[in-house]
Amino acid sequence: MLRGLWRLTWLELRIFLREPLGVFGTVLAPVLVFLALGRLLGGRVRATDPDAADVARDLPVVVAMLVAVGAILSLVAIMAIYREGGILKRLRATPLRPATILTAHVLVKMLLSTTTLTLMAVAGRRFVPAGAEAPWLSFGVAVVFTVACVLSIGFVIASVVPTARFAQPLGALVLYPMLGLSGLFVPLDVLPPGLQFVARALPFTPAVSLLRGIWHGEGWASHTGDMAVLALVFALCVALASRVFRWE
Amino acid sequence: MDVQPIVPAEPVVVVRHLRKSYGRTVAVDGVSFDVARGEIFGLIGPNGAGKTTTMECVEGLRAPDSGTIAVLGLDPVRDVRALQERIGVQLQEAQLQKRITVREAVDLWAALYRAPVDGGRLLDQLGLRERQHARFMTLSGGQKQRLLIALALVNDPEVVFLDELTTGLDPQARRAIWDLVRGIRARGKTVFLTTHLMEEAERLCDRVAIIDRGRLVDLGAPAELVRRHCPTATVVVVTAAPEAAAAFAAIPGVTSVVQDGTTHTIRGAAGGLVTEVIRCLAGHRIDVRDVRTDLPTLEDVFLETTGRAMRD
Ligand SMILES: Nc1ncnc2c1ncn2[C@@H]1O[C@H](COP(=O)(O)OP(=O)(O)OP(=O)(O)O)[C@@H](O)[C@H]1O
Ligand SMILES: [Mg+2]
Repeated sequence: MLRGLWRLTWLELRIFLREPLGVFGTVLAPVLVFLALGRLLGGRVRATDPDAADVARDLPVVVAMLVAVGAILSLVAIMAIYREGGILKRLRATPLRPATILTAHVLVKMLLSTTTLTLMAVAGRRFVPAGAEAPWLSFGVAVVFTVACVLSIGFVIASVVPTARFAQPLGALVLYPMLGLSGLFVPLDVLPPGLQFVARALPFTPAVSLLRGIWHGEGWASHTGDMAVLALVFALCVALASRVFRWE
Repeated sequence: MDVQPIVPAEPVVVVRHLRKSYGRTVAVDGVSFDVARGEIFGLIGPNGAGKTTTMECVEGLRAPDSGTIAVLGLDPVRDVRALQERIGVQLQEAQLQKRITVREAVDLWAALYRAPVDGGRLLDQLGLRERQHARFMTLSGGQKQRLLIALALVNDPEVVFLDELTTGLDPQARRAIWDLVRGIRARGKTVFLTTHLMEEAERLCDRVAIIDRGRLVDLGAPAELVRRHCPTATVVVVTAAPEAAAAFAAIPGVTSVVQDGTTHTIRGAAGGLVTEVIRCLAGHRIDVRDVRTDLPTLEDVFLETTGRAMRD
């Protein structure tokens, strides 16, 4: 059914790596910014300000969410370019299916995001020591699951954006408010009730809750609700995307 | 002198009463035709006539509003998966990934089909071997077009669809592509193409269908269409002989002779006009300074049947 998936994934990865700015922007730049910030703030902030310790404690979650948002935006941009250039239309005339094309791009994004996050984790240990008890493995699994689910939001946006020029602004317009209301930067309890209601309905909220919980050593069992919501978001977005997907 | 019209003996494409609209724009308005196995069939018509829409319905890329289509006995909408294995398409204005190389594209396409041809041989046939490691964005227009044709041939298709395959190419590149298309036919395949270059249609196609505003205007071999729609030819003879004008006027089939000094413009039935004029010149032993013929072409048929050269 997914004939050509591996070849297409491998090919799209190589094509992506040929774009010098793309590699720098998606993989290296976040790591460098992270290192620069870590060097600047690292030990000092933690030593003097007790609140900053929370930021440091949540740092992996913040980073994972930002990388996920970056991956969604990049997915949206690539699909828009492919649609605008008639590449999707040409692929349509082959036995390739839309699901295969989207899956290949998602796999590429997953691979790149994982690489970025792994590099950050390795490089960032010096500045933000995680402690021996940090649940790296569980957190890694949670990140992969979360990124895969939220990328499906990218499917929907990617399925309908007409041109590459609108792809990034539209994606940012949808994603940044979601990120702001996800509870990552501002606790949900301090929001006005109406906004709280909205925030709890947005898909980034369970994502943040899951990542934060797993990172702080809570069990999977206490986050089945978050995972169920993310899975539902995934199913809904995939269903919606396959209905509204436009080849041209 | 009667040329046998080519009747499609074994149609590989059958289109009946095809209609397709986009919102309120009727793009194709009841078109019917057949394409016979082994022929090069051309769809010609002005911009926006509905060529691409017709072709994409036949390829299974668009669903018709009404009418029936059969390609190799298959329904392009219902049996699109089976059909894709047996047809090759080159779309108008298609692009590939900017940084994909020629070889990677051919290999990807080969991986998608059940019975692909040898990619290396295909690149040789299309003269792309030395560019096989070049990225798509660095190819010239002609090379891009050859690659897109190569991709249409990867699955060794029985029918090849080529939409505006030489638009924007220089005359050399165009001729090279024409040879390629003849080569495809020589290997026993059927070619269905669209063009708005009348010279291309006349030189390349066994039969052409003229469409305008979504309707079929006429269909036949180029020579047959010329005979049907433009029966008048013109021969211009420059001679000082005083008896010439009268002699020309007496030629059977001549409808008018206009004399302007030594220049005589003779119009008459296209069939035998040139022969008759030469016979007349020889019979009357008329000295001639110059002879020019202006025979109708498909371009004239096009202008005659669609009213103007271009429309948008
Ligand atoms: N995707 C579309 N959406 C809306 N209208 C369309 C679409 N594609 C084509 N049309 C309209 O349908 C009509 C036929 O278009 P089509 O592309 O089939 O013509 P064509 O003969 O291929 O023209 P050209 O020589 O310019 O390629 C035109 O009026 C065109 O504007
Ligand atoms: Mg067209």
